[in-house]
Amino acid sequence: MGFYDQYAAYRDGEFSRRVQSATDGDVQRVLGKRTLSPDDYLSLLSPAAGPHLERMAQKAHTLTVAQFGRTMVLYTPLYLSNFCTNHCLYCGFSQTNRIVRRQLTVDEVAAEARAIAATGLKHVLILTGDAPAIASVDYIASCCKVLGRYFPAIGIEIYALSQADYGRLIEAGVDSLTIYQETYNQALYRRLHPKGPKRDFHFRLDAPERACQAGMRAVNVGALLGLDDWQQDAFFTGLHACYLQDRYPQTEISVSLPRMRPHVGGYQPGCIVEDRHIVQTMTALRLFMPRVGITISTRESAGFRDRLLPLGVTRMSAGSCTAVGGRTDNSDSTGQFDISDERSVAEMVAMLRRAGWQPVFKDWQRLGGKSPSMYTKRKPT
Amino acid sequence: MKPDRSTDALTIGGHAFDSRLMIGTGKYPSDDMIPKIIAASGSRIITVALRRVDFTATTDNVMRHIPDDMQLLPNTSGARNAEEAVRIARLARATGCGNWVKIEVIPDNRHLLPDGHETVRATDILVSEGFVVLPYINADPIVARQLEAAGAAAVMPLAAPIGTNRGLTTREMLQIIIDEIKVPVVIDAGIGRPSQACEAMEMGADACLVNTAIASAADPVAMAGAFAAAIKAGRDAWTAGLGAMRTTAAASSPLTGFLDEQA
Repeated sequence: MGFYDQYAAYRDGEFSRRVQSATDGDVQRVLGKRTLSPDDYLSLLSPAAGPHLERMAQKAHTLTVAQFGRTMVLYTPLYLSNFCTNHCLYCGFSQTNRIVRRQLTVDEVAAEARAIAATGLKHVLILTGDAPAIASVDYIASCCKVLGRYFPAIGIEIYALSQADYGRLIEAGVDSLTIYQETYNQALYRRLHPKGPKRDFHFRLDAPERACQAGMRAVNVGALLGLDDWQQDAFFTGLHACYLQDRYPQTEISVSLPRMRPHVGGYQPGCIVEDRHIVQTMTALRLFMPRVGITISTRESAGFRDRLLPLGVTRMSAGSCTAVGGRTDNSDSTGQFDISDERSVAEMVAMLRRAGWQPVFKDWQRLGGKSPSMYTKRKPT
Repeated sequence: MKPDRSTDALTIGGHAFDSRLMIGTGKYPSDDMIPKIIAASGSRIITVALRRVDFTATTDNVMRHIPDDMQLLPNTSGARNAEEAVRIARLARATGCGNWVKIEVIPDNRHLLPDGHETVRATDILVSEGFVVLPYINADPIVARQLEAAGAAAVMPLAAPIGTNRGLTTREMLQIIIDEIKVPVVIDAGIGRPSQACEAMEMGADACLVNTAIASAADPVAMAGAFAAAIKAGRDAWTAGLGAMRTTAAASSPLTGFLDEQA
């Protein structure tokens, strides 16, 4: 039984009615519990939990500090290619958008890597569009070989792969996967993805599980909040994360909470997700899964990200750029979406330190092959 | 046999230490705090996750904050099986972190519980390669015995799941390990308060490793001092010999009094 069955059971079990009918008493009971069931998580996402946000935040803060300390892992996205065969209505890289298409050569990847490494960052997340004939698994693997010289941790956020292809990228040095279902509303998913391989809801839904089976160290799921009712997508994201953690305890499971941003194409969100909804989702998720990683990207504004720090976040992007080759050339290439927090890595580090958080640049050590950074003496003078 | 209180050092791997509090590095708001924590705790042994160590860092490097005279205890955080733990330990030694290693093999990201079987396998290999091995384990006396037989320099059973600050929830099993295992027993994970560390020492534990409870305190430096004092008090109480504890009051009508009665 895959995740779809669990998902369908909740979906067909009148999710909307249940989330609307949760009571203040339900929320109070959940807040008194030590371990939470999916139904408890649902109660915390309900309107009835709205008046309890402060209590949820206090609990989420305590749990996060106990589990992760006052630390924040920093990473940055690196766009390798924006060729895409999908027609996703909400994405700037959609094939229907007239933008300059580009794919980095391996030498250009090295140049971007040097630019990122110069900022001190050690965790890089590489992204491509969905064009396997151009940005092939072989191409991505060859990029990873180059990136491995600069970064001890490489994540991928690319089109859904088979288990065997995830295995090939793990061999090439990839240790984490980020993949968003975008929306768990299957009917809406079909409307948002009119053409292209991404149209296959099931193949994408099972991608995180295939990565776990391939032996990926860390897997990060999420929904693009705003496409559909945020409570529903937040709930199924958490259920998905819980499903994966139950079955693959060796894998570090994380959740991202991306919210829709302006982009070329101008698709309007189906639902307005307010700041308080992000806070409710994040704190509910922390109470539901105390050990889960939570990622907040530069889609969010600087001011809001600063305030989210104590509420459960464990990973943040910094010094982001969503255009292919955007760090080393000055051309006006179009990004996948407009970033909101445009602070440099140094500015992010300074903010974290002021707020009493330790920026963590390196939180993984690749074990395959020889990493030059590991063969120097302790305490360089 | 009670130790001589004047020379009551903690001895691990042939080295004697004048503190029985080990500390961590992973959860502080800033690495700048580490020297202050070391000073306040009096600790001589500090564990650091190799996954966090970066010798080429242009920004900061946890190792820069650790004085040379501290005994470094690299740990294998992130290892999911024996092979990964062994590879991390070898990397640690190859990069100049010394030959001590705290084995953490954690195939469970929900509760961060260690895998005893894989830990014994890793210990077997690393001991044969000359490492001083301190394995982190569940409070399982059988696993502790297997590790002792495999040549572990100490065993580090957990008091409660890591990061929970719940105290000595595995007390009965810890006591068996303390009573039966000849190598030092270091209570690791789950200790949330100085009083709990004190109690572990009163039970006869040889040392405690405290990270979360110090790092998540409002004033971590002051809390490091509080733990140092509690651990010393608990150790002193143990060496002094605790008075026998009675579970019932002395009976006013003894059941065996008749044996002394004159016929």
